[in-house]
Amino acid sequence: MAVTKLFGASVKRREDPRLITGRGNFTDHIRLPGTLFMALKRSPHAHARIVRVDVSKARAMPGVVAVYTGQDLVDKLAPVPCAWLIPNSDLKVPSYRALAVDKVRYVGDAVAAVVAENRYVAEDALEAIDVEYEVLPAIVDQEQATQDGAPQLYDDVPNNIAFHWKLHAGDFDSAWNQAEVKLSRRLINHRLIPTAMEPRGALAHYNPGTGDLTIWCTSQNPHVHRLLLSAVTGIPETRIRVIATDVGGGFGSKIPMYSGEMLASAISRDLGRPIKWFESRRENYVATTHGRDHIQYVDLAATREGKVTGIRVKSYANLGAYLSTASPGVPTWLFGLMLCGAYAIPAVHVDVFGVVTNTTPTDAYRGAGRPEATYLLERMMDLLARELGMDPADIRRKNFVPKEQFPYTTATGLQYDSGNYEATLDRALELVNYQQLRREQEELRAQGRYLGIGFSTYVEVCGLAPSAAAGAMGFQGGLWESATVRVHPSGKVSVFTGSNPHGQGEETTFAQIVADELGISIDDVEIVHGDTEMIPFGMGTYGSRSLAVGGTAVIMATRKVKEKATKIAAHLLEVAPEDVTFENGRFFVKGAPDRAKTFQEVAGAAYLAWSMPEGVTPGLEETHFHDPINNTFPFGCHICVAEVDADTGKVSFRKYVAVDDVGNVVNPMIVDGQVHGGIAQGLAQAVYEYAAYDENGQLLTATLMDYAVPKASMLPRFDVDRTVTPTPVNPMGAKGAGETGTIASTPAVANAIIDALSPFGIDHLDIPLTPERIWRAVQERRG
Amino acid sequence: MYPSTFEYYRPSSVSEAIQLLSQNPDAKLLAGGHSLIPAMKLRLSSPAALIDITRIPGLSGIRDTGDRVVIGATTTYDEVMRSELIQRTLPILPETIDVIGDLQVRNLGTIGGSLAHADPAADLPAVMLALGAEFKAIGPNGERTIPVDQFFVDLFTTALQPNEILTEIAIPKPAGRTGMAYEKFANPASGYAVVGAAAVVTLGADGRVTAARVAVTGAGPYAVRRTETEQALVGQEPTTEVIKQASQRASEGMTFNSDVFASDEYRAHLTRVFVGRAIAKAAQRAQG
Ligand SMILES: Cc1cc2nc3c(=O)[nH]c(=O)nc-3n(C[C@H](O)[C@H](O)[C@H](O)COP(=O)(O)OP(=O)(O)OC[C@H]3O[C@@H](n4cnc5c(N)ncnc54)[C@H](O)[C@@H]3O)c2cc1C
Repeated sequence: MAVTKLFGASVKRREDPRLITGRGNFTDHIRLPGTLFMALKRSPHAHARIVRVDVSKARAMPGVVAVYTGQDLVDKLAPVPCAWLIPNSDLKVPSYRALAVDKVRYVGDAVAAVVAENRYVAEDALEAIDVEYEVLPAIVDQEQATQDGAPQLYDDVPNNIAFHWKLHAGDFDSAWNQAEVKLSRRLINHRLIPTAMEPRGALAHYNPGTGDLTIWCTSQNPHVHRLLLSAVTGIPETRIRVIATDVGGGFGSKIPMYSGEMLASAISRDLGRPIKWFESRRENYVATTHGRDHIQYVDLAATREGKVTGIRVKSYANLGAYLSTASPGVPTWLFGLMLCGAYAIPAVHVDVFGVVTNTTPTDAYRGAGRPEATYLLERMMDLLARELGMDPADIRRKNFVPKEQFPYTTATGLQYDSGNYEATLDRALELVNYQQLRREQEELRAQGRYLGIGFSTYVEVCGLAPSAAAGAMGFQGGLWESATVRVHPSGKVSVFTGSNPHGQGEETTFAQIVADELGISIDDVEIVHGDTEMIPFGMGTYGSRSLAVGGTAVIMATRKVKEKATKIAAHLLEVAPEDVTFENGRFFVKGAPDRAKTFQEVAGAAYLAWSMPEGVTPGLEETHFHDPINNTFPFGCHICVAEVDADTGKVSFRKYVAVDDVGNVVNPMIVDGQVHGGIAQGLAQAVYEYAAYDENGQLLTATLMDYAVPKASMLPRFDVDRTVTPTPVNPMGAKGAGETGTIASTPAVANAIIDALSPFGIDHLDIPLTPERIWRAVQERRG
Repeated sequence: MYPSTFEYYRPSSVSEAIQLLSQNPDAKLLAGGHSLIPAMKLRLSSPAALIDITRIPGLSGIRDTGDRVVIGATTTYDEVMRSELIQRTLPILPETIDVIGDLQVRNLGTIGGSLAHADPAADLPAVMLALGAEFKAIGPNGERTIPVDQFFVDLFTTALQPNEILTEIAIPKPAGRTGMAYEKFANPASGYAVVGAAAVVTLGADGRVTAARVAVTGAGPYAVRRTETEQALVGQEPTTEVIKQASQRASEGMTFNSDVFASDEYRAHLTRVFVGRAIAKAAQRAQG
């Protein structure tokens, strides 16, 4: 046992002093002499043919070094790649050029790139570019886009359907035919804009002398970016170095490969000078991927006792104008597989139509697919409870997968690792003081006040893995993670991880794990990430996978180090390795604790190598590539209490209780922070945030003046608690906590508001539940 | 988010500023910059020059002239909010400023800038209408006074001439039993008013309303008085029923904005609700 066990301790985030005092190493902070600034001319039309691009005036402006059109780069850059090629779906991946060549397909599609001495000149030059467009009719709604006669984005994507994906598990038809209760609904899960605090950008530096490309960029997965950049530019990956050490949030939007970093790289090679490109917030809003955007038709079959016997979903997923890097996988696998939720549902039929429209491309956004599944299920559970006159807590309890049945294989084929769903529900009911709250609700209703209580008992899949599953799903990569643990001669340790934290705090949690394993001070452990020149190939941070997958790789590499160190210590102590015990950073002879070597002494000896055991090489450094046997499945119960002002439709929050089970927790403070942020984002989807387009494809919420990212004052206090059901999938027993809050909270909030409105006979309203939408619904019912 | 090139001038007197304005027809005055600079960064506005009036001596500050309180145009929100004179005599101002923007905005934004800008969703225009303020402007032809009722003429448009500078806002001190309140329905994204209603209500010894000024911002292209509502109050006791009747008239004859957050119909409804709430609060305060 280590003296100071850090596993489970709320160690303050070691990265914070640097980040909050403005000393971070963000891409835009990097300055290289001779840098040129790149700005992109973007289409003001959602759908148009490019007739002519006249860049002559821009080229002639003082300070402008070069201007490129799509045509200029056709031979220098391959199309933007799509890397989730879902099988058995007739997937079509239309060509996605970094700079549009023949047509623009969404407002924000790039048509030309200006390179100038500074950003002011570059922006001025954009205005001097004259693009002649032949404007075409646009299509924004993905359901209408599939109808005959709708505007077509591509000649080779008939009816704009890029794929039709199916997952039919169990016998839904007979469940439906025999159902005592049938519920059918059309639900909308609207579009969101990820809004990372740091927009996207890149600084690309190609050295014509060496043929090396170094690129600083905003990436959640630098090695993946290196590989993809190599593929699109033709520069061998060994000549590319991607650096993304400090990244200011991503929420999925910094996973994909985009035109910006591709163009900066290609142009830097073309001109032999460093090229910097950075989005404005406005560009970020139109040209960085959006999330969600489903239209779902749901049929739910159940018994009169409230047992769900089957669910059928037909979903139209809006992919936007092009297929972003991971976009086909998000509304299919990450959605469809999770349609059993926390419930023992024997039959699940899902059909997903991936539809291209004249809107910003969509891709993973915090939760990615799972919020869409959870919202749908949790909303339907409430509707079922209402239909049967049951308490929403009871209907959930009735359908839960019982704790005795874990590991549990769902109808959709997932194996839920561990769970005790009822325990989170019970704890949440207790924390919120449920019975008392229902009485208060009654009393307030009598006074014409509308209080509502909303539940969400979710389960999610995270720790995205294993690689074989990735392969079966058509994901063009593995889902393992790597770590190298390098012990220096002094005994200090550098850990090189393929995970790429951009807000999640792994510089702290990973160090806690390593310090515990080696019995050394956390101050002697540094975590290195984000620089492909330093870290082994790795998959990056998304899908709540860094601790479960990357952290396990770190532990396994550390254990390899310990094994080797034990051999060296045994040799120094002149006993057999079996006779050596390692505790609190000391190797000692069993039964003779005074005969000992410290970890630091052994590290020194490994590098001096004056006397090594037979067959043991000098140095103390190990690498491990960890491919887990399964995903992990965190779960929990969130309860929201909200009040609606029926006169204005305005919602105010009373209480928010979150009881999550993410298995064992390394750093409770960091997990609380992840949960808080997640709830804020998910709650925002329910009431504040929505991306709105007009019928011509103009984004109406293109700035923070219109897109309501919540401020602290717009959120309730969060009462966060946890139960602990460890996972057998990794040695820590830890699941994942990055997305639980987002996944759980949207339905809890929506259900609370709809519960509040039940005296008006309202049993469903689509999110976002904006004041006007609520007010209108109340007006209609009041007559 | 990068403005186009512009010149920058920093005059040290009002007359110098006016001269600069006349010489640079494409110039704009710069006060706190919290409306102008964002517009320039989005290139919605591209003035050839900025004339910074914040360092002109005498243009900022708060004075007590006996029956009126006079606020210099470049006085910041924060200064107004902290003024003991204002807190005592015109408590609606700190109440309103408290819901304008955030600390940075209140530290730099100026009263004159907000009023001259006449953003349809700005808060102060309604409050100034309700308080019956009077504006002083100086131009090449000298000085003139503009009553607030003639000041706001359209979307982002005031009675000021392009070469005039708003220099002072004079507000009459309220008489006797007067209560005032500002009620705002803020846009959750921008924090600006979707609808803001200001009411200043004076009661006679018998508890009946002797004077009322009610104004609305955010709802339409520019802030407006609601005279039908005012008339429905005067002479009445401000009961719940009277206030309800009066506020029902608040949306009469108005043009309403419509945007992605709130339709014109909803804004009309909010106007009635928030006017009602502002009057009720003001009346209650007048009752003491
Ligand atoms: C994040 C943010 C949130 C905000 N929230 C709110 C809010 O909730 N409610 C609200 O009401 N406002 C809000 N504002 C706007 C803010 O109040 C502005 O400060 C104010 O509208 C303009 O004042 P200013 O001194 O900054 O003027 P400037 O931006 O400097 O000028 C605005 C315009 O007025 C002209 N002008 C300025 N002074 C004079 C003068 N003395 N004579 C003639 N013309 C003049 C300028 O030429 C310019 O055209 C917000 C602003 C920001 C950035």
